Amino acid sequence: MPAPPVIRVQGLVTRFGRQVIHDHLDLEVQPGEVMGLVGGSGTGKSVLLNTIIGLRRPAAGRIEVLGQDTSRLSDEGLQKLKSRWGVLFQDGALFSSLTVLQNIEVPLRAHTQLSPSLRREIAAVKVALVGLPPDAAHKVPSELSGGMRKRAGLARALALDPDLLFLDEPTAGLDPIGAAAFDRLIGDLQRTLGLTVVMVTHDLDSLHSICDRIAVLLDRKVKVGTIAELSRDPHPWLQAYFGGPRGRAAAVSNEPHTSRDGALANP
Amino acid sequence: MKQAPAIAIDVEERGTERTVRLKGDWTTAALPARQADLRSLPRDSIDTTVIDLTEVTRLDTGGAWLLAGTARRLREQGAQVTFSGEADRLALIETVGELPRPEPERRPPQALTDVLMRIGRATVYAVASLRDMTSFLGLATLTLLQLPFRPRLVRLAPLAYQIEKTGFDALPIVGLLSFLIGVVLSYQGIDQLTRFGAEIFTVNLVGVAVLREMGVLITAIVVAGRSGSAFAAQIGTMKVNLEVDAMRTIGLDPMALLVLPRMVALLITLPLLAFYADVMGVLGGAVMALFVLDISFARFADQLQSAVSLTTLLIGLVKAPVFGFVIALVGCFQGLQVSSDAESVGLHTTRAVVASIFLVIVLDALFSILFSIIGI
Repeated sequence: MPAPPVIRVQGLVTRFGRQVIHDHLDLEVQPGEVMGLVGGSGTGKSVLLNTIIGLRRPAAGRIEVLGQDTSRLSDEGLQKLKSRWGVLFQDGALFSSLTVLQNIEVPLRAHTQLSPSLRREIAAVKVALVGLPPDAAHKVPSELSGGMRKRAGLARALALDPDLLFLDEPTAGLDPIGAAAFDRLIGDLQRTLGLTVVMVTHDLDSLHSICDRIAVLLDRKVKVGTIAELSRDPHPWLQAYFGGPRGRAAAVSNEPHTSRDGALANP
Repeated sequence: MKQAPAIAIDVEERGTERTVRLKGDWTTAALPARQADLRSLPRDSIDTTVIDLTEVTRLDTGGAWLLAGTARRLREQGAQVTFSGEADRLALIETVGELPRPEPERRPPQALTDVLMRIGRATVYAVASLRDMTSFLGLATLTLLQLPFRPRLVRLAPLAYQIEKTGFDALPIVGLLSFLIGVVLSYQGIDQLTRFGAEIFTVNLVGVAVLREMGVLITAIVVAGRSGSAFAAQIGTMKVNLEVDAMRTIGLDPMALLVLPRMVALLITLPLLAFYADVMGVLGGAVMALFVLDISFARFADQLQSAVSLTTLLIGLVKAPVFGFVIALVGCFQGLQVSSDAESVGLHTTRAVVASIFLVIVLDALFSILFSIIGI
């Protein structure tokens, strides 16, 4: 019997007015795996992510995260649960008036009783952990490049050493070298810290290089499998996705699993 | 989180060797307690320390950082330190221990230099902002002066939209406030003038005060708060979204497209609103006079006619386009000053309101001086 799933979504229904986005969708994420979440535009990838992390209320269905039903938790229980996951939003969503170090201190301040100096030390560890140069710690987000903002956002998501990490398009807007480095960083951190990762992505290279399984949003439900399984699936969207020129190129370049043993924190 | 035991280490010393058995959670949340535990690990005469992690229930980067730091401290004092336990955990401690340490923030050492720096920065900012504002004033005036010769410069649809937003939508609040000001002026006038048996002159007081000053001033302040801030926020948000840059790239002039419709809209609506405010203010005074003094509307109108002339009304209204110009100028200027982050939108919106109300009142005072010099 395998360990209980980290995330279990059962019968999720999401509606915008009359438009049904998710129709009795089921999804399970196992501990320690990297799950990629893909789908065409408007299929509700980010909506699903936001529903799992409790930013949206589902119209129907049950969502269990780390063994707890999010809709039945008290405020206090939900608060505790939130300290066990980290979220990296698109483009970091850093607090623009705070420096990188202060951004990382925010969740630490909210969820722990560390002394200010200790909190700063821990935040500094996270800055180094995501491979940001030391002088970036005291900069405000507008002084950073897109890639550095993502790293800073990741550092904030990791501030409390979560068990579960949600990433919303982590490599969007990065150049191929930056994107590959970011993928490698996520892979390394996932193995070092034993994280479970759920990432929404459009980046086929990311899917090939770090995702263990992939959940595809199709026809208001999800189809889960490894890339090999999904690319054999006859569904036309999957064929177009994995069999298209970009899909094939990504498959070829990631054939021998080379990119998984890069050094940690090496931009 | 579970409450771990207060002391989570177990130290065993044999000669120059020491074994430290760690227990419980070694996580970020438990860090203050763990740090206290480790303080009891002096160098002393111990040469070799073995840190045993087998009984640790949880270890995260915070705990790993603490252990790596302790090991570094003991090693710097010349002792041997080894860890034993699961490979994953040893790897985590090693990884965290090898991370480069961030530079401490360079802070100016003295409060005095801090203060001087802030004064200097504020001065430079004020001078630069005055210069920018002057050049923006020049540019706006030039564009506005071109308008009679090139009426196509301002497009009708955005102009109509701005007139609706700044003028029509402001009618309820401007009307209500002016009415109340009329009521207040009338009440105060009655209160004071009845002592001399001159209560009928309340009509003169209300008429002159509302038509010359209060009507237009209230209108300008409300519009500055409603529309000046909206201009700054709208243009500022467009600036953050790079829409202004996109316009420039396409070859469109933000001055003509964003500033001009707003400016022309206020030039048109503010005099109209001010006239409406005058009417409502006088009406407020008349209602108060009717209730308290039993002065009928006909008698009020009669007295009003002898108290004020058309000049009184025009003196008030002539100020309105000037105030409108200033409010639009400051609002649009502050909007275009917004830099790339959301915080700056809020900052410049606030500045737009404060600066335009300030300028409106200063200009009103200057108008008073001017009118008293030319004797009207």
